[in-house]
Amino acid sequence: MSLTIADARKIAQLARLAPSDAELATFTPQLSAILDYVDQLRQLPTDGVEELAHPLPLRNVFRDDTLQPSLPVDEALANAPARTGDFYSVPAVLDAGSDESHA
Amino acid sequence: MSEPYRYVVGLEVHVQLQTRTKLFCGCSTQFGLPPNTATCPVCCGMPGVLPVMNRQAFRLAMKAALALNCRIAPFTKWDRKNYYYPDLPKNYQISQYDLPFSSEGYLEIPTTNGPKKVGIIRAHLEEDAGKSMHDESGRGGESKVDLNRTGTPLVEIVSKPDINSPEEAGAYLRELRLMLRELGVSDCEMQEGSLRCDANINIHVWQPDGSYRATPITEVKNLNSIRSVEKAVKYEGDRQYQKFLQDGKTIKDEPKETRGWSDVQEKTYFLRRKETADDYRYFPEPDLVPVTVDAAWIAEIRAEMGELPAEQRKRLQQPPYALSAYDAGVLTSQGRALVAYFEQVYAGCNDAKAACNWVTNEVLATLNDRKISIADYPIPAANLAGLIVELQKSGLNKQRAREVYAFMLDQRTDAATAIQKLGFQAVTDETTLREIIRKAIAGNPKAVADFKKGKVKAADAIKGAVMRETKGLANTETVQTLLLQELAQE
Amino acid sequence: MSLTERTAWELLTLQQRGEATALDITNAFLATIDRVEPQIQAFLHVDAEAARAQAQAVDAKRRAGQPLGALAGIPVAIKDILCTRGQPTTCASKMLQRFVPPYDAHVITLLKQADAILIGKTNLDEFAMGSSTENSAFQVTRNPWDTTRIPGGSSGGSAAAVAACEAPLSLGTDTGGSIRQPASLCGIVGLKPTYGRVSRFGLIAFASSLDQIGPFAHDVTDAALLLEVIAGHDPRDSTSADLPVPAYRQSLDTPLESLTIGVAREYFGEGLDAEVESAIREALRVYQSLGATIREISLPTSPYAIATYYLVATAEASSNLARYDGMHYGHRTSQKVGLIDTYCKSRSEGFGKEVQRRILLGTYALSEGYKDAYYTKALKVRRLIKNDFDAAFAQCDVVLGPTAPTPAFRLGEKTADPLAMYLSDIYTISCNLAGIAGISIPCGFTRSGLPIGMQLQGAPFAEEKLLRAARMFERATDWHPRRPKL
Repeated sequence: MSLTIADARKIAQLARLAPSDAELATFTPQLSAILDYVDQLRQLPTDGVEELAHPLPLRNVFRDDTLQPSLPVDEALANAPARTGDFYSVPAVLDAGSDESHA
Repeated sequence: MSEPYRYVVGLEVHVQLQTRTKLFCGCSTQFGLPPNTATCPVCCGMPGVLPVMNRQAFRLAMKAALALNCRIAPFTKWDRKNYYYPDLPKNYQISQYDLPFSSEGYLEIPTTNGPKKVGIIRAHLEEDAGKSMHDESGRGGESKVDLNRTGTPLVEIVSKPDINSPEEAGAYLRELRLMLRELGVSDCEMQEGSLRCDANINIHVWQPDGSYRATPITEVKNLNSIRSVEKAVKYEGDRQYQKFLQDGKTIKDEPKETRGWSDVQEKTYFLRRKETADDYRYFPEPDLVPVTVDAAWIAEIRAEMGELPAEQRKRLQQPPYALSAYDAGVLTSQGRALVAYFEQVYAGCNDAKAACNWVTNEVLATLNDRKISIADYPIPAANLAGLIVELQKSGLNKQRAREVYAFMLDQRTDAATAIQKLGFQAVTDETTLREIIRKAIAGNPKAVADFKKGKVKAADAIKGAVMRETKGLANTETVQTLLLQELAQE
Repeated sequence: MSLTERTAWELLTLQQRGEATALDITNAFLATIDRVEPQIQAFLHVDAEAARAQAQAVDAKRRAGQPLGALAGIPVAIKDILCTRGQPTTCASKMLQRFVPPYDAHVITLLKQADAILIGKTNLDEFAMGSSTENSAFQVTRNPWDTTRIPGGSSGGSAAAVAACEAPLSLGTDTGGSIRQPASLCGIVGLKPTYGRVSRFGLIAFASSLDQIGPFAHDVTDAALLLEVIAGHDPRDSTSADLPVPAYRQSLDTPLESLTIGVAREYFGEGLDAEVESAIREALRVYQSLGATIREISLPTSPYAIATYYLVATAEASSNLARYDGMHYGHRTSQKVGLIDTYCKSRSEGFGKEVQRRILLGTYALSEGYKDAYYTKALKVRRLIKNDFDAAFAQCDVVLGPTAPTPAFRLGEKTADPLAMYLSDIYTISCNLAGIAGISIPCGFTRSGLPIGMQLQGAPFAEEKLLRAARMFERATDWHPRRPKL
């Protein structure tokens, strides 16, 4: 198996998912099987092949620096799970953890 | 260099670009709007919406990079930097990773030892996040999020660790701010967050054999004024040196540490230590297309830039101005408009030193007193030049000169009118002067006698009497010449 | 023939002749929805009143002699991954169960401008991740030809709605086959346009460099009709192509004077159902009889397409779906926990298993130490896949093959084995990786009465040629008028 439960747990943390132990026990072999399958790509020589991130060779698409109407604050916040005044209310950002900070 | 170590500082500066709208949508970038009133589905990261790049943001970023002597990449693209933060609604920041639009430049800063080039590693264009405010009064700690700032265009400018003192750090930021303001790239208002600085600091501690030991690097975050950057660098130098003396730990022994800065305590404080690198999972932003820049576009941007501060500073030290480095620095630091004013004054009086003194003393004092810019300054350059010429002609003393200046300022007249209204016309008529001189000779027999005995200095007393009689409005050189002639005839 | 069994262009003609009003048509489809939905469950949301109001407005316009749009009075069902202003847009996910977008997707704006009737939002695999529509958080959509079977996916609701005559037209999205595969399994036409042909603005992203919106219809003419309405440049989508939209319908019935059909040997390998294969071989004979040249070609990298796709698509998805975190919209856990736990619990509660699996896979593929081996490697193989097609289209006009390796499989047959499910996209995935156009059209039925589809793939922005080639086959066969008995 190419992926351990511990690996899967680490990825889940990075992806901000909290699978239960039982779920991890299901996900891990499934992900392992997929990873084993995709490992076939290694057989294909790709030295010197340019990566293709995007199918269309478009370049230089811009918009003008022109003001467009913003949403009224109530419409902007209409889908918010919690709201304090005209702000989104979220759990204390102090808990953001050691790997979280703006660059 | 009195310190037993050398500072090694690299600065990472985020500058908000002076666009009307955000980087990827048409919402306003104006500072201070009511919370969440300048947002739309795009900057709120709602499902299904797409970014489209603001051309003006790219142009301004390019202008900044060119001013920083950077190489502009012919091909650049954007990448997603993935991390979770409540004021980053997409939970990725659109930034640039391996192909920034510019790199390898430098900023020339003035130092006490002359100009110094600080290397620029790269400058790239990215979007800002919103603001989270921790609410202590909330139910067991909630934070409030305002997304108005989300998506504001930023250019991130990363310097090489070429900065070797707190003063150089300050000079770097002042020069950057001056340049970006002059170019119209950013207003660089640090208190409004449109220029933010993180400092990577360590020191090289000199060893008896002439080698050095490098201390572990600390990154000091969110410095919100140039003074705090200078102070934080100084503080970190002291702190790291004391720590090194105690534990001897070098850059190889400890990972990078992130520290905060307290303006109140004037101290840095520990935030966290990075044991492992953050995993941002960068990959090319599929919702944007790459940008290619050709020589013509670079030339077009360059043509809009005008003279940069460092160039200006150099030019003012060369003929015809030949100002001192200090004077050139003071003038340049006030911005292009003031330099242009100075140059007009010079053009009208042909005396650079006098023009500079008037501009950097009286004019600047007036601007500061009245809290106005040079554009609103009431005395046209030609009139100030006229004042300088009049003063040279008449030899009016400083006190009188200031009175004339004050009159011009208040009454908006030219120098000649002011002098006339104040009754400060110089006594230039030779016949009148000779009469006054003869009277003075007659009134000072002792001085005349001393002069005749060869005490040349004795003539000064007679000259003083002449100047008193003319209320100081006679040209001293003319008086001197005429006096000597009269004395010779005695 | 009842109104609901007709094609859109027939319904347009009926209105022009005054033989039916938009309201008649809309009521007929609403009645069919009422009748068959208990079995089919194609729709997540039907707003009958709003649909009738739109129809009445169209009829009023017609009576007043005002100009009418190209789809006047034609009901169109919308995959519930396309944002509709003021209407729930859920992606068949608990995460967005209560999300109401304050904006319309660009295609929705265009449909409204064309006077189409937006009849409802259709079921899908959650966030378009799946090939059977069984990954919907809300309901299981059935194949109208056999309700014990899946309709395909991820646009299974939109495909089933057209096949079951609940709407004459619908919109789906296709990231790896999500239009063509369900079209094939439901016996209708499904077109994935060239990447950039249709604006993605308001399409809730699964994999941004692969997603494309396209039409479902009973026949090629209707597909062309709907494509003509939704295609075109949109300044709000940087990746939308600024190219004129041809009048696809105008040339549609003019057979191509010369047509070279490429047949890739890689499309006839292991795993291809025998009945599907014989239907495809028969289709080739039909084309030969129409004067087409058949040329064997090779797409040597296509066996690697699924592996490539599941790295590229999941990597993009892991980032695209990061925004669903319970902070600004969408599901937030009711547990009072700290910030990180709120993120994790909201996402684990809000997303279904397949979505979580793909987020995990994509996160892994991009993570430090693995990115080069997985994501970057996949981008290189993607280049090779595109090169294969470039070479192929130098030799032929279209590439013909099966759309799906098998007819519709049974509900639950592949849910326990994600990899087996992924393999059902084997023939459709390369098209998205290369960004080219692809269409699936009916080409037969199995002995047990399940539809079989064939896929034609064309060069970027060669939709006109692709549609004409498809129409040539359609004119020579009578698979497309068949409707399931419900």
